[in-house]
Amino acid sequence: MPKKGAKKAKEMDDVPDQQEKKLPDYLELQRTRVACKADAPIHTQGFQYSGAYAAMGVDNSMSVEKFRKNFKIEINRLTEDDMEFDMIGVDASIANAFRRILIAEVPTMAIEKIFMVDNTSVIADEVLSHRLGLIPLDADPRRFDYMSENDVPNERNTIVYKLHVSCEKGSQRITVKSGELEWLPEGSQLNMSSPAQSGDKQKTFTSFSQSQKEIYEKPLGVKFKDITIARLGPGQAIELEAHAVKGVGKAHAKWSPVATAWYRMLPEVVLLKEIEGDDAEELVKKCPVKVFDIEDLGNGGKRAVVAKPRACTLCRECVMCPTGEHIELRRVRDHFIFTIESTGAMPPEVLFTEAVKILEEKCERVIAELS
Amino acid sequence: MEHGSVDDSKASTFSIMDEDHTLANSVRFVLNQDPRVAFCGYSIPHPADNKVNIRVQTTGDPAKDVLKDALQNLTVMCQHVRGTFDTAVTDFRGNKPAEAMDIDLNKK
Repeated sequence: MPKKGAKKAKEMDDVPDQQEKKLPDYLELQRTRVACKADAPIHTQGFQYSGAYAAMGVDNSMSVEKFRKNFKIEINRLTEDDMEFDMIGVDASIANAFRRILIAEVPTMAIEKIFMVDNTSVIADEVLSHRLGLIPLDADPRRFDYMSENDVPNERNTIVYKLHVSCEKGSQRITVKSGELEWLPEGSQLNMSSPAQSGDKQKTFTSFSQSQKEIYEKPLGVKFKDITIARLGPGQAIELEAHAVKGVGKAHAKWSPVATAWYRMLPEVVLLKEIEGDDAEELVKKCPVKVFDIEDLGNGGKRAVVAKPRACTLCRECVMCPTGEHIELRRVRDHFIFTIESTGAMPPEVLFTEAVKILEEKCERVIAELS
Repeated sequence: MEHGSVDDSKASTFSIMDEDHTLANSVRFVLNQDPRVAFCGYSIPHPADNKVNIRVQTTGDPAKDVLKDALQNLTVMCQHVRGTFDTAVTDFRGNKPAEAMDIDLNKK
């Protein structure tokens, strides 16, 4: 039975094999699993406090060494655009921090300023500008600098695009797709002021000292060329120049590098009692994602087993039927199935690494502020 | 900045600018794991201001040091996460050519 206020040092003398005192099973369950009952989940708050079980003589504190020993990552799927991996041994607050940073604080390039020369289409200037801002660009934001109000747009902080489409009179309507955005590696081609003096160099809206073609090996185009921007009828035209800068999702969602990023906890489905025969068949039919399966016993009997607990979506169909009391749905508190869908600027594994780096930088900034 | 009493350095509230739940919840979790901490929590005084208050009460050590240690621990944990993740990606990529046939079927 648990001793009140017993120190670990005294325990070491009593127990010859120096094993740590463990919690009783029901408490261990409470500590590591979220129980999803038929109406609502319980035990959703984790026991993080280091002294939570001090009265029982169990040490709940965690050091960085223990974290290092228990932490695991298993990658399930990794393609150019998305990835799914399991993060085991970390708490929800840190997993959530990574998710928040992925959505809002990893920088990207997106079109910010539009210089409109001619727009006779049915789409208004501001609506067209808004649509252009949301187009994902194929540029690595780590190689660019931020641009503030006082900075001059140069080849290190701006990407310039041109769009010049027109539909001739008498022809069919055309659709303007994002592939028609042309990258201008030499900088802006629009002149700032009217040519009052006859010099050879006109002042444009950007000051590129060298062509971007030499700095960035591959062309900085748009990622997907088939996004519809506008539709033009006969006689309509669009001529504009767009400048893209670096920003973060916090300022505007166009700068978010992920289509989305989410996590879910690993589901655990436990059968408290044997479910046999027709009940087993019914149970297997009830589950829409086929978590259960039938196992044939020797003498013609059937038994339900949990085949794919990972697929469980917590629809609770299995607990609402008559055999529901014998099924327990749980979530493992420290096992997260993370999915990251990138919009294309950076591959998803790079995005996650950047997000972790940003959390480290935040910590260091606060440490510097405190000292 | 730190708001604490002059004679009692064991307990104080740290008001951090330009931060939100992202950092504060993670720091609160790491602080809780430290056995020197008696109480810790965070609050956001107003959602429109970009400020977060972290309250730390310890069993004897100065609160500032405990908070700094927690931030250090969080940094070390992040570095470990990054290292493990990079190794896992390299391993996954290394095994992939061997299973290339299966993967093609699963790809869209």
